[in-house]
Amino acid sequence: MSRAEDQQKKASARNGWLLSAPALALLIFAAAGPLLIMVAYSFMVKGDYGNVKWGFSWDGWVGILFERDIFDGTLRLASAHLVIFLRSVKLSLLTTIIVFGFGFPTAWFIATRNPRARAIWLFLITIPFWTNLLVRTFAIGEILRTEGLINTLLLRLGIIDAPLQMLYNEGAVLVGMAYVYLPLMVLPLFAAIEQFDMKLLEAAYDLYASRFKVLWHVILPIVRPGIIAGSILVFVPSLGAYVTPRVLGGGKNMMIGNFIELQFGQGRNWPLGAALSMTLLVIVSIALLFYVRAINRGAKGGGHG
Amino acid sequence: MTERAAVTAESVYKVFGQGAHAVHALENVSLSIQQGEFFTLLGPSGCGKTTLLRLIAGFEMPSGGHILLDGQDVTDLPPNKRPVNTVFQSYALFPHLSVRQNVGFALKMQGRPKAEIDGRTEQMMALVKLESMADRKVAQLSGGQQQRVALARALAPQPKVLLLDEPLSALDLKLRKEMQVELKRLQTETGITFVFVTHDQEEALTMSDRIGVMSAGKLQQVASPRDIYTAPVNRFVANFIGETNLLPVTAAKGGYQLGCGVIVSADGNGSTLSIRPEQIRVADSKAKGAIEARVTNLVYFGTDVHAHLELGDGAKMVARLPLPPGGDTGLMRGSNICVDFVPGAARLIGE
Ligand SMILES: Nc1ncnc2c1ncn2[C@@H]1O[C@H](COP(=O)(O)OP(=O)(O)OP(=O)(O)O)[C@@H](O)[C@H]1O
Ligand SMILES: [Mg+2]
Repeated sequence: MSRAEDQQKKASARNGWLLSAPALALLIFAAAGPLLIMVAYSFMVKGDYGNVKWGFSWDGWVGILFERDIFDGTLRLASAHLVIFLRSVKLSLLTTIIVFGFGFPTAWFIATRNPRARAIWLFLITIPFWTNLLVRTFAIGEILRTEGLINTLLLRLGIIDAPLQMLYNEGAVLVGMAYVYLPLMVLPLFAAIEQFDMKLLEAAYDLYASRFKVLWHVILPIVRPGIIAGSILVFVPSLGAYVTPRVLGGGKNMMIGNFIELQFGQGRNWPLGAALSMTLLVIVSIALLFYVRAINRGAKGGGHG
Repeated sequence: MTERAAVTAESVYKVFGQGAHAVHALENVSLSIQQGEFFTLLGPSGCGKTTLLRLIAGFEMPSGGHILLDGQDVTDLPPNKRPVNTVFQSYALFPHLSVRQNVGFALKMQGRPKAEIDGRTEQMMALVKLESMADRKVAQLSGGQQQRVALARALAPQPKVLLLDEPLSALDLKLRKEMQVELKRLQTETGITFVFVTHDQEEALTMSDRIGVMSAGKLQQVASPRDIYTAPVNRFVANFIGETNLLPVTAAKGGYQLGCGVIVSADGNGSTLSIRPEQIRVADSKAKGAIEARVTNLVYFGTDVHAHLELGDGAKMVARLPLPPGGDTGLMRGSNICVDFVPGAARLIGE
């Protein structure tokens, strides 16, 4: 390598670092910093009025699954915590599935319009993002509540005699989350379907595939990266959802996000809150790991036969 | 026309759109393609070749008329119920599948037993010489190799008819020539009826058993390559296939009179005479039917020379004259010569 070449290489490396410096600084202070504080808090002793006291303790982590008897100090499995974890995972998975069920036909519809109509539809899909999440969630509550839109309508039409209890249950949380996260599924699906070569449909149809087989053997495998991306984008924030379960689920249908908030608020158990946050992070990381592996498997191929 | 042609089109119409924007892609097309035939649809861009092919495959429904396969009316059947497969111009291979999986796709969709799928797939890959690439993804293949996969994929389910829409147009010249030979070999080996679409007349002439020449949604002539070339039925076919000289003639005693007064003999009927450039030769001025002409230009083509001629009445012709071993025809620009037509070569055609 010549001297000039060598210098050029060094300069470009230096420029690379300089350019990435702001991003790195932001990552360290805004992401890694709080994370480290959380890790530290989770191993400290809880303060009497919230906050933490200096000193090492496993109590925060133990508290995730166990509760200490107030009288004899023995550990018991905290089934209430488990219920919250399971509910969070269940509702997030269901949200992902529901949103996919609605999002796939929507994305297909948009991707098969002409370019101008496409832009308009995409624009419409993103409109909900413009309003505050809290406002939108309360609006859904307005529709579902006992004196709400649906009940009033059904009562007027004489279809029901007494109002249906639709608010403050898991169903209401599902409806709310599906509504909030639909665009996050539609956009990556749209991007994948837009790239899909529609000639392949004719080819498959010509080669004796039924309509269902075309969907199963051609469309879904090819747009799989979009399906996976959309599912992750919906599943991850669903898992940590806070506003929706709080407003639509009432106090009884808590999810992990509400449970964490409780520890930093009324519960006054910051180490437990911190440990719970870390647990959430681990669950999300596992989901992402699954995502990366699924993508790689798709790229290497061979899965289908 | 036998009872059981492989493909029959009965007065097929196809109209796209409505009202003022309606496009009449096919008008009253009737056609019968025999079992085991290599049939080519030839015509300029936009004449309706792809549309006719798509009607046979079932991707489009005719606006009028019927499509029969093997004597059975399939007009209302969807593509997956027709014993016909298509090789697409863009190949349309499945990018998420390997070569082997692409070739076996149709058999798998038909729910054939695994042993049969595997056996037939191997056989098909051998037929198109792709065994060594069986496990590659199709994106890792060259254009010519993708072409072979598309062929093998469409042939694997043993269709009664194979439809090919300009399958060679994306290949470079050398590869195209190779694939022409290859296609012809495949057709002979499998005995499957091929319906081949092209706008390349040379391709059509060298490969086909019969050619259907199309123009503006209508079938102009269906005949063997030889008949299409030597006996075109109208001006469009004569012009589209090869080069030709068209001269107006009037019936006269002993033959047909050209504008310059010379009387020549010709077959067929119509008021225009078609004569191919290579069927014009230099003649003695005293010979019967000799035409006086002035050489306006000479263009050399290695083996022969194209002489641009102007007749007495101002009509223009091009003659393709073979170069003698010395390489000199003795012709000069601006000189006057006499030419005549090879006996039996001149044809009268309609409009
Ligand atoms: N889906 C469609 N909608 C409207 N018009 C169409 C459609 N498909 C074809 N056409 C029109 O029908 C006519 C015939 O088209 P076709 O594709 O059959 O031509 P072609 O002979 O295959 O031409 P090329 O050699 O360019 O492929 C054209 O004028 C085309 O614009
Ligand atoms: Mg075409």
